Amino acid sequence: MTKLSNPLINSLLENPLDFIHFIDEIPMGVLVLDLNQRVVHLNKSFEALSGEYIDRAYGVKCHNILRSAACVNNCPLLLMGSENRSISCKSDIINMDRQKLPIRITIAPMLDINGDVKGFIETIQDLRMVEKLDQRQSIAYSFANIIGRSPQMEKIFQTLPLLAQSDTSILITGETGTGKDLVAEAIHQTSEREASPFIKINCGALPETLLESEIFGHEKGAFTGAVGNKPGRFKLAHNGTIFLTEIGDLPLALQVKLLTFLDDKIIFPLGSTKEFNVNVRMIAATNRNLEEMVKEGSFRKDLLFRLNVARIHLPPLREREGDIRLLLDHFFSHYTKQVNKAIKGFSTAALARLIHYNYEGNIRELKNIVEYAVNVAATSVIEPENLPAYLFEPVTDTHSFSSYSGSFKNFNASNPMQTEDIASKPDKIQSNETWPSVQRRMILDALKEAKGKKSEAASILGMGRSTLWRKIKQYNIDP
Amino acid sequence: MIHKLTIPVHKENVALRFDMATEVFIILLSDKFIIEEKKSIVLPRSSADELCHLILSENINTLICGAIEDEYYQFLTWKKINIFDSVVGTWSEAFTNWKESNLNSRDILSSRKVEGRYV
Repeated sequence: MTKLSNPLINSLLENPLDFIHFIDEIPMGVLVLDLNQRVVHLNKSFEALSGEYIDRAYGVKCHNILRSAACVNNCPLLLMGSENRSISCKSDIINMDRQKLPIRITIAPMLDINGDVKGFIETIQDLRMVEKLDQRQSIAYSFANIIGRSPQMEKIFQTLPLLAQSDTSILITGETGTGKDLVAEAIHQTSEREASPFIKINCGALPETLLESEIFGHEKGAFTGAVGNKPGRFKLAHNGTIFLTEIGDLPLALQVKLLTFLDDKIIFPLGSTKEFNVNVRMIAATNRNLEEMVKEGSFRKDLLFRLNVARIHLPPLREREGDIRLLLDHFFSHYTKQVNKAIKGFSTAALARLIHYNYEGNIRELKNIVEYAVNVAATSVIEPENLPAYLFEPVTDTHSFSSYSGSFKNFNASNPMQTEDIASKPDKIQSNETWPSVQRRMILDALKEAKGKKSEAASILGMGRSTLWRKIKQYNIDP
Repeated sequence: MIHKLTIPVHKENVALRFDMATEVFIILLSDKFIIEEKKSIVLPRSSADELCHLILSENINTLICGAIEDEYYQFLTWKKINIFDSVVGTWSEAFTNWKESNLNSRDILSSRKVEGRYV
């Protein structure tokens, strides 16, 4: 018996039909098998999917051609038994290109006119696209690398793709460690500017003079030491996104220059009379209260309005219901894989502490705690003693204090007497006050108490003179 | 020089898939292709990673197998292991063909039948 070169379908229409053409038009892989599960025919889609072709497969047992995991574990044909009904299962194949592909196999019997089974028809659906969509759905609680399922985060996940597609300036606010940088990068990665650079500038990391040259660039000879032309970050980010983090720390003089750019999309490098047109999308982020800074006069109101076209506020972790557990599991899985340890999870006691801990450093702190615990754990579960010791220190704060309780601890360490002073004044601290405003008031109180003597005030506050001087400058206090 | 050959098997056949094999034959051959030793290793579970590890730790020179993912194929090739993949048939036929320098990747060594008749 040889392979029929031109099998026909008779009696369906007036004239016999070409079976090969008929089966080749079906947009999924089809295998025609005899009663002994040997391949009689396969269509073009199957050829494309598996890399097999009929001359090689003809007369061979179907499992040797399909090479699916189901063929090894539980052959669907055997599962079908004597029932003349189709059967379907999900599996994967390794094709001739040595690719592992997810598939769905559906097998149905082929009956003759008497209803007797004479063979089988096996359809193979490529599930690659479906699995991709499934993955997208299953990570509906995330956007890029940001994870969360709390109502606050869900709202953000809904907004982010829309904002990413627009070209407006975005202001990201939130406490330290809430993932502002991650959001900015995710917006860039999902925007149309994805292929162009994403340039990040930390406005708080450089002194004013250097920052101006860093952001806007300079011409050769613009100042002492400017031995060559420097393009500046704006120019480097052309057609891409510029991310100004810690925008609250941007000096007032540069705020004006940034404002000019936002209005005209033109930059003037230091020492240059020649303007340069740049097409960049601006994303700014800060953990400071810009409205408060506007009131204090340390941030320009008009710049705030320009930046505040679209605002994303990232909630602190303690306000994200249910996300602590989700993130604990996420980072646990990440770090156990990284260090290759067979840790099953957290003990009940450790989990209870972790879930009820007030994460002042937000996700960054949680991540660090999990990394530490996974590295330290010597048993199959993470016990409370594997967690950093400071998690078990008594905390005397409320949420309103949380953002600055770390600083209180510093004061405690350097000046125990001061602890009482500050702790005895919680009535003076209102829950809607921000840490900068509280700190500003504390500095003013200390200066008053020290009758304007900075070294004495610094000693009262438990900070160094230079720190106090910096804070005085930062808060525009004129002693 | 001793040559070491391995064949992941399922019963008498070359295992359909490298990643799903739970038994391997390891055959030691002398210069003149005389079998010095033949052993069968039953794996605790099917795992392509563990099989790769076994192949490397046993200093295997040649692998005859069924379907193998590219990642493992490339890795083993990089480790200078000679691979004949997508081989269909009994392990003994595959081995004989290999010994006679008559084995190629993608070879179908089993008989072909349709509706009970050889084709």
